Amino acid sequence: MSRVLGIIITGGRKESMKELVAKRSVSAIPVGGKYRAIDFVLSNMINSGIDKVGVVTQYSFRSLMDHLGAGKEWDLDRRNNGLFMFPPYLAGENTGWYRGSADGMYSNISFLKRSTDEYVIIATGNCIYKMDFNLLLEAHEKQEADITIMYRDMSDFDPVELKEFGLIKLNNEGRIIDLREKPETPDGKLASLGIYIMKRTLLIELLEESEAHGHYDFVKDILIRKLDKLNIMGYEYKGYWRSLSSISMFYNCNMDMINPEIRQELFNTDGKVFTKVKDETPTKYNEEAVVNHSIIADGCIIEGEVYDSVLSRGVKIGRGAVVRNSIIMQDTVIEPNATLDYVILDKEVIVKEGKTLKGERSFPIIVGKHIEI
Amino acid sequence: MATKELVGLLLAGGQGSRLGVLTSSTAKPAVPYGGKFRIIDFPLSNCINSGIDTVGVFTQYEPLELNAHIGIGKPWDLDRNNGGVTILSPYLKSENNDWFTGTANAVYQNIHYIDKVSPEYVVILSGDHIYKMDYAKMLAAHKKNEADATISVFEVPIEEASRFGLMHTDENNRILEFEEKPAKPKSNLASMGVYIFTWEILREYLIRDDHNEASEKDFGKNIIPMMLDENKRMFAYAFEGYWKDVGTIQSYWESNMDLIERVPDFNLFDHNWKIYTTNPVMPAHYIGPNGSVKKSIVAEGCMVYGTVRNSIIFPGVIIEEGAYIEDSIIMSNSVIGKNSKIYKSILAEKVVVGEGVEIGVGEMVVNTIKPDIYNTGINVIAESAYIPDHAILGKNVVIHKCVDASDYATLNIASGGTVFKGGTRHE
Repeated sequence: MSRVLGIIITGGRKESMKELVAKRSVSAIPVGGKYRAIDFVLSNMINSGIDKVGVVTQYSFRSLMDHLGAGKEWDLDRRNNGLFMFPPYLAGENTGWYRGSADGMYSNISFLKRSTDEYVIIATGNCIYKMDFNLLLEAHEKQEADITIMYRDMSDFDPVELKEFGLIKLNNEGRIIDLREKPETPDGKLASLGIYIMKRTLLIELLEESEAHGHYDFVKDILIRKLDKLNIMGYEYKGYWRSLSSISMFYNCNMDMINPEIRQELFNTDGKVFTKVKDETPTKYNEEAVVNHSIIADGCIIEGEVYDSVLSRGVKIGRGAVVRNSIIMQDTVIEPNATLDYVILDKEVIVKEGKTLKGERSFPIIVGKHIEI
Repeated sequence: MATKELVGLLLAGGQGSRLGVLTSSTAKPAVPYGGKFRIIDFPLSNCINSGIDTVGVFTQYEPLELNAHIGIGKPWDLDRNNGGVTILSPYLKSENNDWFTGTANAVYQNIHYIDKVSPEYVVILSGDHIYKMDYAKMLAAHKKNEADATISVFEVPIEEASRFGLMHTDENNRILEFEEKPAKPKSNLASMGVYIFTWEILREYLIRDDHNEASEKDFGKNIIPMMLDENKRMFAYAFEGYWKDVGTIQSYWESNMDLIERVPDFNLFDHNWKIYTTNPVMPAHYIGPNGSVKKSIVAEGCMVYGTVRNSIIFPGVIIEEGAYIEDSIIMSNSVIGKNSKIYKSILAEKVVVGEGVEIGVGEMVVNTIKPDIYNTGINVIAESAYIPDHAILGKNVVIHKCVDASDYATLNIASGGTVFKGGTRHE
């Protein structure tokens, strides 16, 4: 699929993600015990044969740069093509911070112009799904669209969460006739997944035109304005898809990964999911360990009880500790006899001996990085 | 190429025949260990952790898996512009075409590789042992003693000493005498097979030894005794810590089992001395609603619906509902079917065990075909073998590589039995 280059937009600051994004881009959020959100879209691109990916990043991008490095783990450390990082910069007319997603791409338009690939796929960095983008390309060419937007029926979401999405309406031919970004009163169940394919030359034109008019947002200022003029078609994606754009979606997505069927779809169909390796030794269970219905990454030492939880690499669960319905990130230590229920612990947290933390499913307790409780 | 002070030379060409079917199609250093690693990861990681960034790996026997594992040395940070890892295998020359005929011969045949790097010292390593060692400290002792050769030694119980090559030293650790597996040991300082030589001197001895037709061209049997005879400055370097030979089925099994102790003598969780290896691309492992794991090690990608006790489970293993695993080592991507029970067994990679199977039950009878290899009750199931539903296997049973349903004449393999690929024999 070397006809296509990928652009990943890592997005702005998501206040709804609270402490978890205090010091990291939402695309760098740890998920599923050993991954970062961006691993999924990046692996989808690699598995689809895309070998040139630009990552447009702005907010707290250090964590993301750290994670992606030169792209080794994704096989993107190439002599030609590979991984390109686009943090904001100052130069000439450039004002520094990106004013929107279109501005982010426009600021790096020379990357698009120098490329020779026929198509561009644009995607966000904070969504969890497994997709062969060749299917999107096929559909795009077959329906002779100018732009094809991937969408999904969101009936499996809480209706309140639909407010977070861009809802679309299609006509009988599958053409998108209406697109509303984050509507106050959601109408319909079909939402754009923020994944688009179009000719590279068309994208360059659209970005230049928009910038000339002082417009900077790709959805509001380009897609919505062009619904009449361009043939913008839909392509329905039917698989598992979650966006990490609120604490409850983040919590539920992690819990979904315990489910063997979703696990199978995400990790064992259409290629693997790649991530930065940590060289941890396999997890050790001591005599007292009781673990049920949970996923556990490498490098943990477990002497307590763990139920319905997600443990990242290097977590320690002390003797007599009981962990339920919780997400525990890298290198966090739960000391003996501590009790956790509905808790999200960020990296390198220490929960002291005998402490109890109890949240609720709808309001899990969140503890930020490096905190001692 | 800039000069390197110390270069690692890793002898990884041996078959390790005492590991039986575990090395039927792979070299011993490539045998998996500890839920994720291979034996060779230990000396290789020791090298990089000791600051050695140039390592030659000598391969000869079934090198395919070993070569694939080492690749260009990425996991050990040995993919260098200057130095890095180099695989040295036997090759055709204009004259004297030979396989490596001994450990010293392997190095002799690659003198030009070492000359090109032109190190002051070389450290000779083998791929047979599990240990963590700082070779830089040993080099410091070598330099301080102004030694020609330094041999690292390990104190073994005197009653076991006759299995080893033993050193007699004076009060300054200078080696006075070397005895290879003596019947009546006079010392308990065993050679670990880790040697540092001053390269210029070793080079001369390798050339002289090669001219000696009677020589077996072996470091322990020829080079070291010859140097001692000629009064070279040779010192013992005492190593303290965990060091285990994994050359037999029993010692290999024991060394794996050492890892599951609450506070193991050998700690792989030490972030200051990491052991590097290739990382499988797999998600975090899953323990099912009825799964239970105690006193065990479980790697990524596993799906555990059954029960695991005192065992080492490598990446991607599936243990189905009702299955029970005890005192066993299960290597990557094996599948254990529903309600199957496995006791004290080693299952190599991609073994498929059907449903309702029992392995490791019955009386203690040594293996009838290879009693010297399989005699401590451990069953060994080789790579990609299949065990049919409801089969019952005794103790010291061996199932050969790629055995499938058609290779079984009976589902009841008594203790000491062996199942071969194509042509079934049960004794």
